[in-house]
Amino acid sequence: MKFAVIVFPGANCDRDVAYVTRDILAQPTRMVWHEDSDLGDIDVVVVPGGFSYGDYLRCGAIARFSPAMQATVAHARAGKPVLGICNGFQILTEVGLLPGALVRNRDMRFICDRVPLKVERTDLLWTAGYAAGQVITLPIAHGEGCYYADEATLAELEANSQIVFRYSSLDGSVDEASNPNGSLGNIAGICNQQGNVLGLMPHPERAADPVLGGVDGLPLFQSLVQALVSA
Amino acid sequence: MPHYSARIYVTLRPSVLDPAGTAVQSGLAHMGYNNVGPIRIGKYIELTLEAEDEAVARQQLDRMCDQLLANPVIENYRVELQALATA
Repeated sequence: MKFAVIVFPGANCDRDVAYVTRDILAQPTRMVWHEDSDLGDIDVVVVPGGFSYGDYLRCGAIARFSPAMQATVAHARAGKPVLGICNGFQILTEVGLLPGALVRNRDMRFICDRVPLKVERTDLLWTAGYAAGQVITLPIAHGEGCYYADEATLAELEANSQIVFRYSSLDGSVDEASNPNGSLGNIAGICNQQGNVLGLMPHPERAADPVLGGVDGLPLFQSLVQALVSA
Repeated sequence: MPHYSARIYVTLRPSVLDPAGTAVQSGLAHMGYNNVGPIRIGKYIELTLEAEDEAVARQQLDRMCDQLLANPVIENYRVELQALATA
């Protein structure tokens, strides 16, 4: 199974993702420069975190026009897996693969922390490695991570079970006190209706090696590899 | 072809929280301006363009706003257009 990690000017989590897919999971991984548009050999596209194009205008606004993102949209439309992490999630909303938008954190501050998350769905190729209702801890690092969508869109997300991760307390209660950035519905990650596109603000790739203090992000990548290898 | 100057105002939709606006409002209150109501902070963009006529210019500007300059999910925009005297 082959991974692509899109590299934008200003991306800074691209090599962290490649470390997980290539070094930990031993899967072939190709770094794809933003001007490149050939993803023909690729099974999974990862849009990594960082500050693509300096986050000018809005986070992810310029990145969506890159040839690599146009190819990523085609990849997603063909039903193949696309993962957007942090800035990658922002880009996926800007390009229209996922609904809603990510706006300035409620308390104005850039947050760098580890937070508990409730896994809301375990029937996706991304989350089969987690237990239903499991609470995991992942790092977050963002200034614009407050998820926003209008009421109709939120209702649709709930009705279609597209909310995959929610900020929660350690015992799994989803409330205002466990919401770090003001996200509506405590939303930390969502998928599209088909489930092949996932975007999340937390960083699973920064929690995949014990040396970094946690491995709760590893099952996400393992689930994916397992799902695609057995498919 | 005629030249136009456009002023584009991008503002957050009313339903989107504006923590920066709230922070500035409290800053003004600290200065003694307790008479200031809610503040909304947006973006202001100036550009010039060439177009066959005003209708075409407006149509292009709307597309630019919808696709890049604003994000319709969270923002509204307003365009002011002015014909420039050709040299």
